[in-house]
Amino acid sequence: MSGSTTLSKKDFQTDQEVRWCPGCGDYAILSAVQAVFPELGVPRERFVVVSGIGCSSRFPYYMNTFGFHTIHGRAPAVATGLKVARPDLEVWIATGDGDALSIGGNHLIHALRRNVGVKILMFNNRIYGLTKGQYSPTSEAGKRTKSSPFGSVDHPFNALSVAIGAGATFVARSIDVLQAHLKETLRAAAAHRGTAFVEIYQNCNIFNDKAFAHLTEKEVRDDALVHLETGKPMVFGKGRDRGIRLKGTELEVIRFADGFGPDDCLVWDDRRSNPAIAFMVAQMGRPDFPTPIGVLRRVDKSTFETGMVGQIERETEKRGVGNLQQLIHSGDLWTVHEDGTIS
Amino acid sequence: MKLPIVDSEQGSSRAVDRERLDDVVIRFAGDSGDGMQVTGSQFTSTSALIGNDLATFPDFPAEIRAPAGTLPGVSAFQVRIADYDIHTPGDAPDVLVAMNPAALKVNLGDLRPNGILIVNTDEFVERNLKKAGYERSPLEDGSLDAYRLFQVPLATLTRRALEDSGLDAKAVERCKNFFALGMAYWLFSRPIEPTLRFLAKKFGARPEIADANARAMKAGWNFCDITEAFQTRYEVMPAKLAPGVYRNVTGSTALALGLVAASRRSGLPLFQGAYPITPASDLLHELAQLKSFGVTTFQAEDEIAAICAAIGASFGGALAVTSTSGPGLALKSEALNLAVMVELPLVVVDIQRGGPSTGLPTKTEQADLLFALYGRNNESPLPVLAAASPADCFDLAIEACRLAVRYMTPVILLSDGYLANGSEPWRLPELDRLPDFPVEFRTSPEGFAPFLRDPETLARPWALPGTAGLEHRIGGLEKQDGSGNVSYDPANHEHMVRLRAEKIARIAREIPPLEVDGEPAGELLVLGWGSTAGAITGAVNLARRQGLPVSRAHLRHLNPFPANLGEVLARFERVLVPEMNLGQLAFLLQGRFLKPVISFPKVQGKPFFRNEVLEKIQAVLGGSR
Ligand code: SF4
Repeated sequence: MSGSTTLSKKDFQTDQEVRWCPGCGDYAILSAVQAVFPELGVPRERFVVVSGIGCSSRFPYYMNTFGFHTIHGRAPAVATGLKVARPDLEVWIATGDGDALSIGGNHLIHALRRNVGVKILMFNNRIYGLTKGQYSPTSEAGKRTKSSPFGSVDHPFNALSVAIGAGATFVARSIDVLQAHLKETLRAAAAHRGTAFVEIYQNCNIFNDKAFAHLTEKEVRDDALVHLETGKPMVFGKGRDRGIRLKGTELEVIRFADGFGPDDCLVWDDRRSNPAIAFMVAQMGRPDFPTPIGVLRRVDKSTFETGMVGQIERETEKRGVGNLQQLIHSGDLWTVHEDGTIS
Repeated sequence: MKLPIVDSEQGSSRAVDRERLDDVVIRFAGDSGDGMQVTGSQFTSTSALIGNDLATFPDFPAEIRAPAGTLPGVSAFQVRIADYDIHTPGDAPDVLVAMNPAALKVNLGDLRPNGILIVNTDEFVERNLKKAGYERSPLEDGSLDAYRLFQVPLATLTRRALEDSGLDAKAVERCKNFFALGMAYWLFSRPIEPTLRFLAKKFGARPEIADANARAMKAGWNFCDITEAFQTRYEVMPAKLAPGVYRNVTGSTALALGLVAASRRSGLPLFQGAYPITPASDLLHELAQLKSFGVTTFQAEDEIAAICAAIGASFGGALAVTSTSGPGLALKSEALNLAVMVELPLVVVDIQRGGPSTGLPTKTEQADLLFALYGRNNESPLPVLAAASPADCFDLAIEACRLAVRYMTPVILLSDGYLANGSEPWRLPELDRLPDFPVEFRTSPEGFAPFLRDPETLARPWALPGTAGLEHRIGGLEKQDGSGNVSYDPANHEHMVRLRAEKIARIAREIPPLEVDGEPAGELLVLGWGSTAGAITGAVNLARRQGLPVSRAHLRHLNPFPANLGEVLARFERVLVPEMNLGQLAFLLQGRFLKPVISFPKVQGKPFFRNEVLEKIQAVLGGSR
């Protein structure tokens, strides 16, 4: 029950019937999170999972931790208040593309810029699932849905670019079906101090099936994805026969058949203090580039809760613990005596 | 009202008449940049220190710097000082200080006939007259004959007094409000020392500025003393206030102090989530200073984040507060309902202002009552309290926090712009007499379920993350009573809707019964709520002195109402309800008690005048004779 005993995946499962559609990518994410939490050395009661609204946001009900299923888009705001009030807690947010990038966009960017010590898992299925299939802020332009029968005219957000642009200190991407990679990414997020933003491509087999099949199908996977591993050159492709290099201010795919080799590729480093290269890499994808997965950015910055608590500690040290009597009796005072005189 | 007295003159160089007043209203009016708020506050603090009862009404424009000299740029501060217990900043000023033509134009209509009018003639030049919409100078066309007019070139005299100060012309110009203050101090026989102390403290780092303002003030005082313009000095003796230690306090400060006191009495750290909004920002400013009291202030990215963060902090075990004004409360509605649904304690402070929409941000109104009670989707019961005076904000802040944690519910505390910015003498409470309500969190996993209920209050346990064995999930979905598991069961839903309502209704059991001031039954009851208390009290007292059969009662609890309210209403033939909206309390009373009441609305962005209420009382009673 408590932290002194070793926890297992089972300790994080609830008795609640899981209500996602059979085949939904959310199951895989749940399984990965339940597998990683016990490894983190944190007593179960110190985990809190906070969510907004949407399919992804049912997540807390299935995690046997403290949980708060809040309202649409507001999970980062609720989590910020919780983390500031209780820095001792491990606060994880489960959210979706609509929840985080549409109705909750404001809270997301402000949590990221403040560097609140919470982990944000954004399940991106590029569709509104719970409301039965409208285009989302990550749906591709031209997407035909019930609310866009002639194709969406919206330009989509690139979630990683938004996060990097907002000053996020940890930005990563993984995919529901790549269990090992997903767990590795979750571990990296857990180890980060400050906000960790993880975009997880998630298949909604009901309203947007195979949205990521071009990345996940066995035959295409190696050509379509590039794994970002710090210290290693950005090599990809079935026979690891291609790579990414930086040419001037542009990225470019190079083929080793053309005389290039791994040494010509950009060596990945998620700790670059300048976010420009991470931003360029975040933009990579079809049709000209492979899609990057892994950790794009990981930098150290003071956290919001440390700053908030630190001010209280410093002020208390400077002035001593506030004296209410003195506080109320501050300013210009006068006394009315029993005999009516004033002093 | 005037008692001529003969008194030996202290410190004056010539013999002047002395006149004792029991009550005087002074309004300082000028351009927003003229420092009228400081001038008025200083006059107020000094008057408080010599023991007058007082009430203030600052009135300033929504624009930070409206174009100088224009009508929208006029800023005013009204203070009423008295030698007896008063309740309002007064209706018509007895004295008006007008720093420019625009200030004269905006405020002259309020000055009582034969009132003292001091104008700064330096500003009465063609350009400024035109900006204020005067075709001819009112100083010359006889239009001010009904007043005792004193024409003083304030800027010129200030310049002369500061000739060798070494300050530039602009800095010198900025001292003229202290010249006016010096005049007011002479005229009303106040000491200048408290303001000298204020200046030394405020401009500690820039002694030349402190010195210039002090010199301007003394020059104003001397000007009155030496010139023959003023033949009379006035005195207002100390009021007979209840024994105790006093300070002058605004509603914003009292509210902040009340929240900190509640934090101490509950044993919980205070967390405030807020987004800047007029007139609620002062509460954020006040609390932001108090970090050494363990206060966390979170300036959020928007109103929604402010309340959501407070809810998150409450989940974590903090005494959570979010503060705003009407437009912000509108944005908070959905999150407020989340707090209703998950039954977490939260205090929402709404400092009401004129509306709808952006409305009159710096003006006062009481039109959020129905919104506070009903402005959320579905059945959403929560307690609503309303402070009656600036000092009452202290007590009600504590009461709001106490109810929130005892009943595990969000509470709305209503104040308004008039209470927040207005001030009155506050008899300081003895700390050990304040309500004590130490909070006990649930710790034992034995038989724990998140929505099990206290049989008396129906409150659920407050079980904090971090407590082993109490892991549980809460959320906005309907839940099974007891277990808290998500439930779509129809019967359970109705049970929960009724239960949430019953929990709030039960608060009436511990609300003090409504007290009637005056005869407990009879012809007329004036029933008010919120900041109208002062005007109503003043009017009812006067009416009674005139022999009118009228009683008074004031609601601080708007939901639930005190348990005896229906019975009190039934004891009176008629009930008059003055309020700064179109009759929202009247609507509630009639709906709830099926008792016809006489609604007396005023929606002008200004508080009621005592005489408006008095005349209404006279009319209501006159009609029956
Ligand atoms: S609608 Fe889509 S995202 Fe939602 S549970 Fe079903 S498959 Fe999963």
